[in-house]
Amino acid sequence: MTLSRRTLLKAGLAALAVPSLAACNNGATARGQGEVIYWLWDSAQLPMYTECAKVFHEQNPQYSVTIEQYGWNDYWSKLVTGFISDTAPDVFTGHSSKYPLFAAKGQVLPIDEYVAKDNVDLGIYQKGLADRWIGADGKRYGLPKDFDSEVYFYNSAFTEAAGISTEQLNSMTWNPRDGGTFEQILRRLTVDSKGRRGDQPGFDKDHVKVYGLGYSDAGGGDGQTSWSWYAAINGWKYSEGEPWGTKFFYGDPKFTDTIGWWRGLITKGLMPKYAEAKSGVDVTTSFGAGKYGMTPNGSWMLGTYGQLKQVKTKLARLPIGPIGKRMSMMNGLADTIWAGTKRRDASWAWVKFLGSQTAQDIVAKAGVVFPAVAASLPAAKAAFAKSGWDVTPFLEPVEAGDVFPYPANPNAADVTAVMTPAMESVMSFEADPSSLIKANKDVNQILSVNS
Amino acid sequence: MTATTNAPPARKRSHGDRAAPPAKRRSLGDLKVAMIFIAPATLGFVVFYIWPTLRGAYLSFTEYSLLSAPKFNGLDNYHRMIHDSFFWNALGVTVEYVVINIGLQTVLAVGIAMLMYRLTKSITVRAIILAPYLVANVVVALVWYWMLDFQVGIVNTFLGWVGIDPVAFFGDSHWAIPTVAGINVWRHMGYTALLVFAGLQTIPAYVYEAAEVDGSTEWKTFWRITLPLLRPVLVMVLVVTMIGSFQIFDTVAVTTQGGPINATRVIYYYIYERAFTRFDFGYASAMALVLFAILAVVSLVQLRLLRARESDLA
Repeated sequence: MTLSRRTLLKAGLAALAVPSLAACNNGATARGQGEVIYWLWDSAQLPMYTECAKVFHEQNPQYSVTIEQYGWNDYWSKLVTGFISDTAPDVFTGHSSKYPLFAAKGQVLPIDEYVAKDNVDLGIYQKGLADRWIGADGKRYGLPKDFDSEVYFYNSAFTEAAGISTEQLNSMTWNPRDGGTFEQILRRLTVDSKGRRGDQPGFDKDHVKVYGLGYSDAGGGDGQTSWSWYAAINGWKYSEGEPWGTKFFYGDPKFTDTIGWWRGLITKGLMPKYAEAKSGVDVTTSFGAGKYGMTPNGSWMLGTYGQLKQVKTKLARLPIGPIGKRMSMMNGLADTIWAGTKRRDASWAWVKFLGSQTAQDIVAKAGVVFPAVAASLPAAKAAFAKSGWDVTPFLEPVEAGDVFPYPANPNAADVTAVMTPAMESVMSFEADPSSLIKANKDVNQILSVNS
Repeated sequence: MTATTNAPPARKRSHGDRAAPPAKRRSLGDLKVAMIFIAPATLGFVVFYIWPTLRGAYLSFTEYSLLSAPKFNGLDNYHRMIHDSFFWNALGVTVEYVVINIGLQTVLAVGIAMLMYRLTKSITVRAIILAPYLVANVVVALVWYWMLDFQVGIVNTFLGWVGIDPVAFFGDSHWAIPTVAGINVWRHMGYTALLVFAGLQTIPAYVYEAAEVDGSTEWKTFWRITLPLLRPVLVMVLVVTMIGSFQIFDTVAVTTQGGPINATRVIYYYIYERAFTRFDFGYASAMALVLFAILAVVSLVQLRLLRARESDLA
């Protein structure tokens, strides 16, 4: 019997070896030294990056690029399994919420030497963008390719019917006590099932047909498209040492007051209950079906809102808050190189090209995202104008420098695991905003254990 | 059918009979050929089941972040589990799901099987009943997700017509698990009904004839004859569906992703989250091993309690 067991074992080992050998073939030897594999998740950006790859190959005949696109969720799990099995793409699109962890685990190649060697001018990018890709360890991990910010997308047929002017929409004020003129506008925009508006007598807040404000979720730890700007104009910061937070402030009264006001909109009938908002396919679908007066969202959603044919969508500025100005989160993507790539030079050449004005002009002209290179921005503005968008509200805070970064952190996944349920409990009235003090303690506990 | 007889081996033991003398050692002449025949299956079993299980067991005693080598840390992961409120919540949510899912599904499946058995044996009807099972899980989940949308979903539109206020199926923490369970009942009940239906066909007609002669009602016949004689098949169906039910993952992954709050963070989803979004592979392995143990115990208990090896028809 021992013989057969050994045979079995051998057979098992042999079988195990087959996939790993095959993986090696895919990863290294089958491709030439100049053939780079590049991943992105946004299908809307595939055409322009295909165009970029063509131009890149014309300029550098020794290199070529194969682009693969996977949806957001698949993208990250495939990437992680790629890291483990040594089959990750040479270059991939990185996100502020993900790359710090990959960098901490040694999966992203620092590009400082390449940047120094090739004298890459980091001054061509929008202010502050390039520095977002310097990790907590002080090394640079990517060159920025685009940026995004937030505004309100509003249903202009509803605002006209409510008698709200474009000027009023673009000069809203906000404070955490009474919500300022912003909340007055929401009242005017909200209509109950009998056609009474939120600021009219007899308004029935339990049977609302059109809510003034829509939202997609409770915002988790970043609140990027839900509460981040209210908290910021209330003078709140995510953490000590932004963006590489070592201590978070989710228990700060400036934050809990903001959230208390925000969820108060539900009680007032100006915003749907959390269960109802979460029970939808997504916030844009409901907006497209005429259920919301306005919804905050990021610039990357312009294409999606543009496809909503039943409603006429326009953009409004974020409100001015107690600190006396508007603020928006400014986040962006960058192209990063996998540390395990066997084609470092080719990969760097592609990253450098994507970070250049030549490539970003191509991206800008497609009118899908805002390019990171400042000089390419007018082309993007023109392209958006052609599809009927006046994107000024997105760009104003960026040009004025009134922006704050995405709360990047190598422990982002752990922070999210605490903050998402905590914020959901508050928004569904199962816990008070003061419960965030406890959540904040849990978050800081995680950070202190892992640092 | 009042007298119940046990299957021979159990009866022998219960009557204190001596165990059968050990069979003569068989010649090993066929061993080589036998090995060749079972080799392909064994290979698959070893590579895809035994090896991953052993490795998972090993990883459960380590701190392993996927991207750096595993570090042995003894029972730390198990110790953490005891104090992890998310883990206990996940177990609770999973049990709630299993109870609703299996309870509803088994009752409906037996009902459908009975209807088929008594009313029609048409192949077309069987095919239609099986249809939901042929649609991929993820597709089923997504289609229901759209149909159950609070504001634009067709189900809430229908409810509105009959004067019921819309229900936040996926968004309300009390409704989320019953909704997910309901979707999977819809998908699986036809398949389960067919299994039960097959079981019904093994019950000989003469017992029904006898019951009819004795003047038994349809209802009595079902409780006194059909169900007891169906028991071995039902136990098999229950064990298999319950193990599958504990492993609920895809519906949650494509719809609620654990929310609202922690209402649908079932154990498999929590394990997945820990392993692949939080890179806590050691801890995830430990939870997977505990789930394995729970499933083994549940299955054993079921087989024991329901005397699966014995038939009332002996």
